[in-house]
Amino acid sequence: MTQVTHDVQSGSGVVATARRRRKKLTFDKVSFMAVFLGLPLVIYLVFVISPFVQAVYYSMTSWGGFDNNMPFIGLDNYVKLFNDDIFMISVRNSVVLAVFLPVVTVILSLILATLVTIGGSSRGQIKGLKGSGFYRVISFFPYVIPAVVIGIIWQQILNPSNGLLNGILTTIGFDQAKDFAWLGDERTAMIASMFIIVWGFVGFYMILFIAAIKGIPAETFEAARIDGAGRFRTAMTITIPLIRDNIQTAYVYMGILALDAFVYMSVLNSTGGPANSTLVMSQKLFSTAFSKGQFGLACAMGVVLAAITLIFSALVFLVNRLTGGSKDVSE
Amino acid sequence: MSLKLSKAEPHGHVERKAQDSKGDKVVAGVSHTMLSLWALLVLIPLAWTLMSSFKTTSEIFASPFSLPEVWKFENYINAWETAGIGKSFFNTVIVVGFSLVIVMVLGAMCAYVLARYVFPGSKAIYTLLLAGLTFPIFLAIVPLFFILKNIGLLNTLPGLIIVYVAFALPFTVFFLFSFFKALPYEIGEAAQIDGAGEWRTFFQVMLPMAKPGLASVAIFNFLGLWNQYLIPVAINTNPKNYVLSQGIAAYAGQQGYAVDFGSLFAAAIIVVVPVMIMYILFQRQLQGSVSAGTMK
Repeated sequence: MTQVTHDVQSGSGVVATARRRRKKLTFDKVSFMAVFLGLPLVIYLVFVISPFVQAVYYSMTSWGGFDNNMPFIGLDNYVKLFNDDIFMISVRNSVVLAVFLPVVTVILSLILATLVTIGGSSRGQIKGLKGSGFYRVISFFPYVIPAVVIGIIWQQILNPSNGLLNGILTTIGFDQAKDFAWLGDERTAMIASMFIIVWGFVGFYMILFIAAIKGIPAETFEAARIDGAGRFRTAMTITIPLIRDNIQTAYVYMGILALDAFVYMSVLNSTGGPANSTLVMSQKLFSTAFSKGQFGLACAMGVVLAAITLIFSALVFLVNRLTGGSKDVSE
Repeated sequence: MSLKLSKAEPHGHVERKAQDSKGDKVVAGVSHTMLSLWALLVLIPLAWTLMSSFKTTSEIFASPFSLPEVWKFENYINAWETAGIGKSFFNTVIVVGFSLVIVMVLGAMCAYVLARYVFPGSKAIYTLLLAGLTFPIFLAIVPLFFILKNIGLLNTLPGLIIVYVAFALPFTVFFLFSFFKALPYEIGEAAQIDGAGEWRTFFQVMLPMAKPGLASVAIFNFLGLWNQYLIPVAINTNPKNYVLSQGIAAYAGQQGYAVDFGSLFAAAIIVVVPVMIMYILFQRQLQGSVSAGTMK
């Protein structure tokens, strides 16, 4: 609160439009700044920023319950976490998701976006594929469906005895698929879960990439065509380098999402799957906090998760920079 | 959205009808095939869910393909009443409705001040908002639980609303920031010369001008809040106050014991229909705002 009032007092005199006209404080201006900036910021500070900060402190206590007794134990929680085999499995699973989900999703959605945008005629005006509006509308569907429902629908599709997938597979002759539990078998649970998340997001990124590709001036494609570049060449040497920053953004978003993945994983396999093969950090954190009541330890997991998220984003930016991103993007 | 416009048919010249070459036809054919495959992969699960929502449990067990013998609309009544989907539907409407309005107003105000006024500390506020977008909610979830507990809003709908507002705020501000930034300064000055104060300038001049941006961000917020699961599951644990995503997850969790798969599918359809309607209605704005988001 003190910070906000400070901002208002010191800031009210240098309003850009008013700089030329008037400098004195009026009630209108003071009340305006206090409400417009103060109200949202107070809510934001109390319910978003302060929990973040508190979590870091709690992570260094062995706070175990609903009393106010929080013995400070330094980094003991972190030591405990790194010696906890199950937590380390969850870290490994989360990292696996963060490695594979963005790659698969981005590549698949790029391919689909490319098909839509350069599948059109190679003569005349540069155009996308005819009738592609239909695909765009359909592909976007999964993005608007609540993640919980996506999980439930796919859980039923992959149901061993009466699911759609095993029904199809046995009908076309794969008898070994009969009663096979895709989400209940250690070998397939993770892959099946990843497929479901990809299914949920490809459409969104496809639309994003289509929009980005359409933002490239048509002259660029025309020039490439006159120079004799085919579609594949155009896609590889023109489209992808020019929408590089969009790809980076998509990659980071998808990675952050993969490191969370709580909803999908907890709906598909609420207890972490066969032999903890689909247990992710967010699930472990949730059960540590709200089932076991080990709040200090759970906060330490939160800090580890946040650290991995930041490292992931930094790595993506770094790789993009090192491989020559941002330079060749037309600005 | 301007991208859409630039793709419109050119006016000045008559387009020559070019003959598609053989290669073009092959490429178009391959493209259509692959895109159709993906469309099928999207549609089949949804269609199957819709079909199964009318079947009895024994029909579902008999064959995943068979059409329902009688179209069992009772599944929907069961889901709505016994499974408590109806109650959580109303809770969701209340929570999402209120938080959407509040976050749009607060977000627009905050974005407006940050975009159009220069004052010390504005950069710091911007960075602080960025932190809210970068850090995972999971880091905040435990302290958040106790903050709400201490102010007596744990397991209440107002508590859920205020948390939704707080966590949707940074995205809203970032999105609207660029919209307000782009509005011409002359208009604000004109309003001032005409005697409008800061408040009137915002509500009667600036806000109406930012309508396209508001519409896009509102739809994204609607989807995000309607689909939210983690926040309610942590801080709204009273079954009476369940929102839809919680309600259906709890119902699916019970399914292991009391099997009524038809109603489960019906519940899934009930949850999906409102967002589908919103999507179809606002499809243009939504796809437009995806493209706007890429033009940073």
